Amino acid sequence: MADENSKTNLPPLSLHVPEPKYRPGDPVDYSDVDIPKAGDQSRPDVNSDPATMRDMVYDMVRVLDDDYKAVGPWDPKLPDDTLLKMLKTMAQVRAFDDRLHRMQRQGKTSFYMKCTGEEATSVAAAMALHSDDMCFPSYRQQGILFVRGYPMVDMINQIFSNREDKLKGRQLPIMYCSRELGFFSISGNLATQYPQAVGWAMASAAKGDTRIAATWCGEGSTAEGDFHSAMTFATVYNAPIIMNVVNNQWAISSFSGFAGGERTTFAARAAGYGIAGIRVDGNDPLAVYAATQWAAERARTNNGPTLIEHFTYRAEAHSTSDDPGAYRSAQEREEWPLGDPITRLKRHLIHRGVWSKEQHEVLDKECIEAVKIATKEAEKNGILGHGLHQPFETMFQDVFEEMPWHLKEQSEQANKEREIKWPS
Amino acid sequence: MAVMNMIDAINSGLDNMMARDEDVVVLGEDVGYFGGVFRATAGLQEKHGKTRCFDTPISECGIIGVAVGMAAYGMRPVPEIQFADYIYPGLDQLVSEAARLRYRSAAEFTSAITVRSPFGGGIFGGQTHSQSPESMFTHVCGLKTVIPSTPYDAKGLLISAIEDNDPVMFFEPKRIYNGPFSGYYDKPVEPWSKFEASEVPEDYYKIPLGKANIVRAGEAVTILTYGTMVHVAKAVVEEHGVDAEVIDLRTLVPLDIETIEESVKKTGRCLIIHEATRTSGFGAELSALVQERCFYHLEAPIERVTGFDTPYPHSLEWAYFPGPVRIGEALDKIVGELTS
Repeated sequence: MADENSKTNLPPLSLHVPEPKYRPGDPVDYSDVDIPKAGDQSRPDVNSDPATMRDMVYDMVRVLDDDYKAVGPWDPKLPDDTLLKMLKTMAQVRAFDDRLHRMQRQGKTSFYMKCTGEEATSVAAAMALHSDDMCFPSYRQQGILFVRGYPMVDMINQIFSNREDKLKGRQLPIMYCSRELGFFSISGNLATQYPQAVGWAMASAAKGDTRIAATWCGEGSTAEGDFHSAMTFATVYNAPIIMNVVNNQWAISSFSGFAGGERTTFAARAAGYGIAGIRVDGNDPLAVYAATQWAAERARTNNGPTLIEHFTYRAEAHSTSDDPGAYRSAQEREEWPLGDPITRLKRHLIHRGVWSKEQHEVLDKECIEAVKIATKEAEKNGILGHGLHQPFETMFQDVFEEMPWHLKEQSEQANKEREIKWPS
Repeated sequence: MAVMNMIDAINSGLDNMMARDEDVVVLGEDVGYFGGVFRATAGLQEKHGKTRCFDTPISECGIIGVAVGMAAYGMRPVPEIQFADYIYPGLDQLVSEAARLRYRSAAEFTSAITVRSPFGGGIFGGQTHSQSPESMFTHVCGLKTVIPSTPYDAKGLLISAIEDNDPVMFFEPKRIYNGPFSGYYDKPVEPWSKFEASEVPEDYYKIPLGKANIVRAGEAVTILTYGTMVHVAKAVVEEHGVDAEVIDLRTLVPLDIETIEESVKKTGRCLIIHEATRTSGFGAELSALVQERCFYHLEAPIERVTGFDTPYPHSLEWAYFPGPVRIGEALDKIVGELTS
């Protein structure tokens, strides 16, 4: 036993409760954030032993430099039309978010979540995957659906929970699902998709398939047990999977310090599991594409899983249910040292001489117009709470494949109540 | 036909299904090379290969979570949770994911998984190897809950569970793995081989989910029970010379309400027995259903015999267990109403 007397001269213990640097009204200074020079990061072979590339979890893969040139070994050297598609898709996602966010404010639905500032982490990532690779997204990866060609009107039908909603009005807005496009049903419970994605990847490997899985979660949800279970299973079975952590700095009002971000990077979680880890500039679409492409090739050649931390910033609120002005400094967004992914890609393409400011203005207008058309189309099918919902009995379907007696009884009861509540 | 104990029967059911359907995979702690701590998966890895039956990390969240993902791929995983007491880290994956996936995806994705798990006490397992958590799962919409009481039933129900396109909780009463149990812990266990229910076809067969089994027909009182307690109830009924109708529910969700209703309307009396703790136990649901549906046929209050609302104690296991004394008193009370 340690002598009690030896403790008498020690100061009392104190509990550390993390506190973000900036609160509302505070001036923001990001000069202490270490942003490595673009192009400086070496690109290991895709079959490299994770032990030989541990420095990558503290570094940051960057391709676009301050002059918007693509530099270094991670430059994916994409053709112009691919880059233009990437730009257009991100612009469309942003226009969609803006309009649907407004629709929620107008009372046409209950809830919305934008991905403003984080478009690259889903759009560029999805473009680097094969179209039949399986995605297990979190709730801010609508960009994947845009890349894979899911019709906007179907997304809006879901957001409005109307009679054409493919999910029959059962899910909170934006919790999309498309088996056809390899987009797993989004759960509101965080990081549950992580072990599921690993399981899917294990199944694909066990079956001798060629498809891989990719999953996304926020830095905040890396604290969930599911994240760590998934990392363990991924490394144990060398699963063909890409695990993306979108570090957008904020989990609703809790800064990344509450997930351990004060101590190390989120990519560094990979090192402890012996998994390849890459930290990437999440606002650099080319870097996101390159890192995903690297990880996809690694997975597809039986070289195992990769954890990618996308270092980015959640430019807007968590959802329509919170006001970031109440918990963080508005200057954070303005001062964010990695800029905006759409602006950066736009300037890169202008620099390449294949795009112009004028063309971009036209693009923005076209994107807004396309969302307007889709919204009008979807509104014909109804908006939330205005009667044009799914047939009543659908409430009781799909709980089980076959409806058991107790649900049949409850369904009858609901229909009787309906006649009393809404006599036609 | 072969003579099997409950472990043999479960093993045989898994083996049949793995042979019939390449998508059936078995995963769990120690289930692979070693064949499971209760031997239920013995020989399966050797026969069907390492990618069909394999060990997992000690992570119930991971085991259930990857099973959900494998099912989304199109497989039919049969994860084993080594003891039902260990299932809680996997609860979110069961309750929020497996159980709701069909509903929330409008049937685009389903969770055809069967979670096998030994449950219940009577083996001096202490509080972390004895629990009966079935009512935590019957409360979850989208999950089916199955509990066999004989080797024959175990195999037939397991095969139905694996073929079911919804997630099934398959709780195995480990006290009766080797032989039925009369409730007298100090009497030697009689092996299954002495009983007819140990005659189990080696080939594939099914017992449908949602169908109860009347294991003893009678007129005086209806006893609703499942798992280990089926055998205890039968023994006590014989001992007390009561002409009870003993119903082995076999499946809690979906429940065979018709058989229950018909029996209680006939006998006018109902005794519910389970080993699980009393408050909010499945007996509460049964009691409410019988009251709602058979009230005007009842000649005595419905009685419940259950485990106490304490953790399962180690040294006082047999004081805790709802054995012959507790059941006998309830039976005397409920049947005694006849003459009073």
